[in-house]
Amino acid sequence: MESYKLTVHEASDLIKKKKLTSQELTQAAINRIKQVEQDIKAFITLTDESAMEEAEKVDALINQGEDLPGIAGVPFGLEDSICTEGIRTTCASKMLENFVPQYEATVFGKLKAQKGILLGKLNMDEFSLGLTGETSYFLKTRNPWDVNQDIGGFCIGAAAAVAADEVFYSLAVDMGGSLRRSAALCGAVGLKPSYGMVSRYGVILSASSLAQIGIIAKDVRDCGMILQIISGHDEKDPMTVRTDLNGTIPASEPSIKGMRIGIPREYLDDRLNSDVAEAIKKALKVFQDLGACVEEITLPSVEYAPAAYSTILSAEASSNLGRYDGIKFGYKAEGFSDLDEMYKKTRSQGFGQQVKLRIMLGNHILSAENCERYYYKALQARTIIKGEFEKAFEKCDIIISPTCSTTGSEFERGTDDFLKAFLTDIYTAPAGVIGLPALTIPCGFDDNGFPIGMQLMGRAFEEGILLKAGLAFEQNTDYHIKRPVINWR
Amino acid sequence: MRYEVVIGLEIHAELSTRSKAFCSCSTTFGAEPNTQCCPVCIGMPGVLPVMNKKALEYTIKAGLALNCNIAKYTKWDRKNYFYPDLPRACQISQYDMPVCQNGYLDIVVDDQVRRIGINRIHLEEDAGKLLHDPYMDHTLVDLNRSGVPLIEIVTEPDLRSAEEARIFLENLKTILQYIDVSDCKMQEGSLRCDVNVSVRPEGQEEFGERTEMKNLNSFRAVYRAIEYEASRQISILEEGGKVLRETRRWDDGVGRSFAMRTKEQAQDYRYFPESDLPPVEIEDEWIEKIRREIPELPAQRQKRYVEEYGLPEYDAGILTASIDLANYFEKCVEMYQNPKTVSNWLMGDFLRLVNERNIEIADVPVSPENLVNLLRLIDGKVISGPIAKTVFEEMFNTGKDPETIVEQKGLKQISDRDELVEIIKKVIEDNPKSVEDYRKGKKKAMGFLVGQTMKATKGRANPQLVNEILMEQLNK
Repeated sequence: MESYKLTVHEASDLIKKKKLTSQELTQAAINRIKQVEQDIKAFITLTDESAMEEAEKVDALINQGEDLPGIAGVPFGLEDSICTEGIRTTCASKMLENFVPQYEATVFGKLKAQKGILLGKLNMDEFSLGLTGETSYFLKTRNPWDVNQDIGGFCIGAAAAVAADEVFYSLAVDMGGSLRRSAALCGAVGLKPSYGMVSRYGVILSASSLAQIGIIAKDVRDCGMILQIISGHDEKDPMTVRTDLNGTIPASEPSIKGMRIGIPREYLDDRLNSDVAEAIKKALKVFQDLGACVEEITLPSVEYAPAAYSTILSAEASSNLGRYDGIKFGYKAEGFSDLDEMYKKTRSQGFGQQVKLRIMLGNHILSAENCERYYYKALQARTIIKGEFEKAFEKCDIIISPTCSTTGSEFERGTDDFLKAFLTDIYTAPAGVIGLPALTIPCGFDDNGFPIGMQLMGRAFEEGILLKAGLAFEQNTDYHIKRPVINWR
Repeated sequence: MRYEVVIGLEIHAELSTRSKAFCSCSTTFGAEPNTQCCPVCIGMPGVLPVMNKKALEYTIKAGLALNCNIAKYTKWDRKNYFYPDLPRACQISQYDMPVCQNGYLDIVVDDQVRRIGINRIHLEEDAGKLLHDPYMDHTLVDLNRSGVPLIEIVTEPDLRSAEEARIFLENLKTILQYIDVSDCKMQEGSLRCDVNVSVRPEGQEEFGERTEMKNLNSFRAVYRAIEYEASRQISILEEGGKVLRETRRWDDGVGRSFAMRTKEQAQDYRYFPESDLPPVEIEDEWIEKIRREIPELPAQRQKRYVEEYGLPEYDAGILTASIDLANYFEKCVEMYQNPKTVSNWLMGDFLRLVNERNIEIADVPVSPENLVNLLRLIDGKVISGPIAKTVFEEMFNTGKDPETIVEQKGLKQISDRDELVEIIKKVIEDNPKSVEDYRKGKKKAMGFLVGQTMKATKGRANPQLVNEILMEQLNK
């Protein structure tokens, strides 16, 4: 098997046993990128040269007999919202086209400390505002499963790069579910950790109260391993909490006997694609066969989660994006006669349509006359939804739902239908709005062979239970093994 | 008709924490532009603020000193607006849950105690500064001040005259300096004041429409701005007009206020909770710990000076109006038994030179030890009173001790009888006209001769002895 297809733990084993060098592995990934990237378009910036240098250093350490951590020498990708010192970080925006940060995100620092190899910066929605990566100023990333290029759709670079075996894992921002959604549509594993589990220092966020750094990987085991590395308290992010990570990584043969799985009644209506519904039903059977009990639960207000999400997102984004004013860094328009015109031109030219839409919406929502009606109402909804989930979690340990209502073959092109687009967030928005951990894992394929994702949500800081259930499922199914065939030319 | 002036103040005081409110940059004033900045306080993307606990502690301390209730739970909010000195285009402030509420400060106006309500005190961050380059057509931004912690103290509309406002501010400044949370240097911008003024016919319950003047940077400007604004509003009302609710700009040079923007043009700051910072729970234990650290405040200290040192109320008031001066005074009286003498020197030449040179008391080069030494030289008749003034000025200029100055400049008092007799004989010889006048009964001529003797000895003659010898010689 070509080494680029390996998972992190498989590659790591081979490197430790000296059956594979980091340089060989990194070179294989670079070759893979050369082969498929013109079709996938996942990278905004490639760091292949420095990656090879780092790989050489790792190999030297291994040859000296050093015992290196599990991810040492394995290449990864970072979404371009994650600041990398000395490497441009664009947030997929013209505004930051030439922005090179002088500091680095805590998560990147942690991966570097463990000798991970950065292969490049991945495409995303401009400032994470969008669902499918399509609002990027630079490029549109294709779903690797989209073999015919006439159906299917786009996704964020972090998901495509992992699904297309360009990198072994990636980190990206998840707010309302863009990470989980893209991971599901690409047949990858995606984890949005609890709010406060992973430091967000150095990550460019549009909505501080919603955003969390998530992981996209090829299987659940890799996901758990990377979570353990990037999580934990960081004095630079006051929202991070001190958590005990024991149990985050499940035992190699986890038992889920007696685990209580809740299925929200509200999620299983006729909006759901029949292939997806069928796949979830089959997946639940797998869990039941492993000794879990499945129970219907109710989350009556969950349908308000997308609206609450969208409102809070717009409000916070309108403020968080205020700093891009052409004065200190980033894009600055030319030809202005006064300060107001400089602001106007810079922001009109530097931001894309979706970003401007969010800012306008946010300003409207936060205005003195509307604040109570929209913004505070959204906060109320957030509190109510949180209460309903807490109540549900008295009766169950995890909540299972589809990750998306559709698959790649039904993918809505474009984001013209704003309302429809955000209603599809009904499965993924709640975990963002109330900060719960959520894991998406492959659980089947539709009639056209497109992957289907299943979402597992848990109590805050109980990522361990999700990973345990995910791993048990993975060990008894083979959906996660199937990879897209990319031979479009 | 008679009118009553109603005034409310909003005072911004920069806290004297060593580091900024939400990052660890230094807050030292006067550094090269943009040398005390980091990604957080210049608003780079991706970085996050972290609360400086000391800044919150200082805010609580100010609240306790001003008799406020301290919130058990507080949070941060964002005030959104665009301006080049505000790098994130939003300021971290507090909107609906300030740290301190419902306090008061008692001030004495015309021997009457007036209780001025403190509506709230909240913590926020300062913005940077714009520097207008007069040679190039440029405006430059200095972000050293960006993120410096600031408390905003908002009074109730309880003040009734410019004089009351001035006294309130003096008192408030003294308290903030006593509890050491702000240096309150107006010339460095660490204390700034917004003034709300309205007028109403005397006896009317309802407030008149108010105007606001922002960023006044001296107590004198506050006083003048209130006087001007009150009379401007009264003339409008007298002429049957209506006062507009607006923000006005006070031009201290011209001595007038100018309309800036009306209520309708007021900016909508789109306040909402700061989502990068967690809310804060303030534990009772912490509040009590801070309460115990509050020193004796000016009013108590003034009372003690009257009782303990027998100083007049007025002297005690002046000495305690600055904690540095009060501490200086106390150091002196620890070493020197006559408090009134110390007080006279401090209120006289000491404060005169401080004001003339426009320096801070902490920067006065004369140590309390040296002032006491000077007083001892006078007591020991080593130097005369007038010479002591000269010596003091020299001490103030050079920081040297009085003995050295007296020695180097030969200022020792001449108390040698024989030496003085010789000098006085010469004075008498040189001024026959005055001697004649004196003998004719013009007693004033005596003063002239004393003066001539002093001049001849460059002021060093022991005055008592001079009088004595002159009398002797003239009456021979």
